[in-house]
Parts: sequence; C-alpha cells; structure tokens
Amino acid sequence: MADFGYKIQEDRQINYDSNDRTLFYFLKRVEPSISLCIGCGTCSATCTAGQFTQFDLHKIMLYVRRGEKVHIANEIKKCMLCGKCSLVCPKGINTRNIIFQTRKFIHSNK
Amino acid sequence: MSKSVIVIGGGIAGMEASAYLSAMGFNVTLFEKDEKLGGHLLNWERLFPTKRLGSEVLTFLKKGMDDKIKVHTNSNITKINSENGKYFVTNDNNEIFEADALLITTGYDLFDARRKEEYGYGIYDNVITSAELETMFLSGKPIVNKQGKVPKRIGFVHCVGSRDRKVGNVYCSKVCCVTAVKQATEIREHLPECETYCFYMDLRMYGAKFEELYNEAQEKYGVTFIRGRLSEANETIDGSLLVKVEDTLVGRPLKMTVDLLVLMVGFEPSKGTKDIAKILNLSTNSNGFIEVADEHTLTNVTNLKGVFVAGTTTSPRTITNTINDARAAAAEIACYLNLYTIQSRNN
Ligand code: SF4
Ligand code: SF4
Ligand code: SF4
Repeated sequence: MADFGYKIQEDRQINYDSNDRTLFYFLKRVEPSISLCIGCGTCSATCTAGQFTQFDLHKIMLYVRRGEKVHIANEIKKCMLCGKCSLVCPKGINTRNIIFQTRKFIHSNK
Repeated sequence: MSKSVIVIGGGIAGMEASAYLSAMGFNVTLFEKDEKLGGHLLNWERLFPTKRLGSEVLTFLKKGMDDKIKVHTNSNITKINSENGKYFVTNDNNEIFEADALLITTGYDLFDARRKEEYGYGIYDNVITSAELETMFLSGKPIVNKQGKVPKRIGFVHCVGSRDRKVGNVYCSKVCCVTAVKQATEIREHLPECETYCFYMDLRMYGAKFEELYNEAQEKYGVTFIRGRLSEANETIDGSLLVKVEDTLVGRPLKMTVDLLVLMVGFEPSKGTKDIAKILNLSTNSNGFIEVADEHTLTNVTNLKGVFVAGTTTSPRTITNTINDARAAAAEIACYLNLYTIQSRNN
C-alpha cells in the first residue's frame, strides 16, 4: 500500500476517567506532604540529575498526580537520592522520600 | 471631658486612625519609635499600581493630623498597665499616659533576606532587596550596580521570605508581586536597554488595576515573566550573578546571568508588634501577627477589651487597605467609647 505519511495519532489527552492514580494515592498515604506541591520547580532547578538528563522531578510528580505512569519507572531510576531537592523545597515536601517510596511501589508492583 | 485614645505606631495606619479619631472629638496621643511619622511610606518613591508618588499620600495623611493630636516621636513603649477599664502607658522617658482605649498600629518589618542564604544577599555585591531598589529610585541617582556599571539585565525574585516553610513564613505578603511588576517597568523607563525578568511561582494580581499594570509590563515595557522559583544564585568573576531556575512552563532547567538581582522581600510582624504583644499579652496568630477577634466581622478587635488593631499589624496588606482599615478601626473605637448599641454585636 502507498505510504502517504499518515499514521494513527495516539490520543494526547490526559484521560481522567481511565487513568490509574493508585501510585498517587499510595504516596499520599505514605508521604502526605506530596499534596502540597505547587510545581514551582525549585527541586528540579537544584537537581544534579536534571541538568544532564531529561529527568525533571516536579514534572514526574505532576504525572504521578494525574495518573500518567508510563515513563515513571524509567525516569525515577535517574535520581541519585542526594536529597538536595528536599532542602530547597519551599513547601517543606519530603521529595526524597517520595522518590524512595515511588521506587518501592514500582518494585513491589512488577 | 472627652475620652482619650493612645495610638502606638505612626505609620500609615496610625496616622490615618489618629486623624479620624481626633476629628471625631477624642483626645489622641500618637507614639512613634522613629524620628518621623510615615513608617515604610517614607522609603517608597512610587506606589503600585498607578506609580503616583508616595510623598503625595504622605502629604494627604499629614493634612489629616490636626494640632490637637499629641505626637511623641522617638518614643518607645516600655510598660502598659490597665485598671478599671483605663490603660496606663509608660514610654522610655518614664512618662505615664492615660487612655480609655488603645490602638496598636506597629505594623511590619521587611524580611531579612540574609536568612535565604542560597540567594546570596549580604554575601554578593549585586544582590539587593526591593526596598533598596526603591531607595535608588528615591535618591534620583543613576541606577548602577556595585561596580558602577549600568546593568544590562536585572532579575526580580518573587516570594523571598514569603510562602516558604523553610523560613517559617507560609503566608503570602500580598504586595510583592505587583511591586516587582511596578519596579520592572520603572527600570525599563530609567534604562530602556536593560532587560528585566520576573521569576515567580504565581502572579497575584488581585487588586484594582493590578492586572492592567501586568498587561502593560508585558506589552509596553517588555518585561519577561518566567514561572519558576530560583534554587540559587552564584557570583561570577565580574560580579554578575548566575541564577538557576526551572522554567516550569517549558519544563527545562534554565540558567542566566544578571547584573543585578532584586529580592522581593515579604512582610513579617515588626519588632514593635512583637514587643507590644508581649507587653499586653495580646494573642498572636500562627503567622506571628496580632490575632483578630473574628476574621470576617471583627478585624480591628483583639482579645483584650479596649485594645484595637489596624493595618499590617494583623496581616500583610496594601496601602489602600491599610488606610481603609485605619478608618474602620477609628469607627470601631468610637462605637466602643461612646457605647453605641451596635457594639453589643461584638460579644
Ligand atoms: S520544590 Fe517543592 S513545591 Fe516546588 S515543585 Fe519541587 S516539590 Fe513541588
Ligand atoms: S534526590 Fe534525586 S531528585 Fe532530588 S536533587 Fe537529588 S538526584 Fe535530584
Ligand atoms: S505577593 Fe507575590 S511575591 Fe509576594 S508573597 Fe505573594 S505570591 Fe509571593
């Protein structure tokens, strides 16, 4: 068949009716401070991993919140658990523990 | 004999409340710790959102202060006693003054930016506060950095000392967003070649004409707004500053050098406010400001009968709101002293 360069586009919408937010609810339980995030990005700005790779902590947390889990398992590996992000967060969020718990969750759900 | 009121703190709220109380026929004594009346207004060249001169507002306030008001400047309060519904106030000259009601208008202090070490205030030459930029405007001298160079790029950092659990202040200081927008446009007026950047978490443009000023900043003055909170600033070899921030809307880390970094410092309860709270045993709220009897309906009333509050003594607020609040406090005090029946609602 002739290739006209068209392909079926994936749906880009965040589908709040079908998304699976269990990871977020789990994190809310074990580290309630996650709810306080306003996405100011200070954590990402200070993160060493984020300077050289695509890794972006505040975005990951937002994806988790929205139930968009696709890339999280891969992304979260890039963190070195240095804890700098926790030091700078104006909301006093324990970001390091959020990452730690996310890894635990992903590991136990494999 | 007419009843008397002692007002403690001669800033905007203290002046305007004194004016109204005196006009209503009460004997007013006003104490101010500094040499001059006017408080922080003395240090501000132009006011948001209209950029009219602060001195015009001060002139207006002064016009309200009639000759009957007894003003004591350079005067600190050391002791306050109460007996049979009267208050006895001692100042640092050991003079004792008597009053039927007290109004506390001791206001706010600006956040000490040294406490946010990662921004380098007090360490790096070219990190200044919003108040210091205002002093530059007020001096009428050319805008230059510490090395005497005309800045080509200036960054404004919002929320310094506000909305920040790490420094213990979770509240928003309300005035610094619009002040940053105002100052960025003024820089563009003074130095049309200088780029200006505002680093913000949220832009709080709630007041009348604030949004218009913001629109003007974008369209007419070309101020750039970057949504992200600085993680740190570092001095470079020529004294400029390298700032690191996440551009959260793009979703990528951003770095930039600026010749001058302006920290938008927030409000904290002033030393005077804290001292008076201690002397009187006034309740304070979780933010350290004076607690009001009801957040909606009794905003000038405290936990002590006969002791009232106005202005930034209870929370950060704009000049407009401070003036309104001072007049409201004067009305509240008049009702209390004249035993108007509407007072019975308060109990
Ligand atoms: S610094 Fe804190 S509030 Fe800001 S984006 Fe990161 S986790 Fe959220
Ligand atoms: S703990 Fe991980 S996310 Fe936080 S700053 Fe360190 S590497 Fe970055
Ligand atoms: S007014 Fe703006 S800069 Fe000031 S504390 Fe509130 S959000 Fe931050």
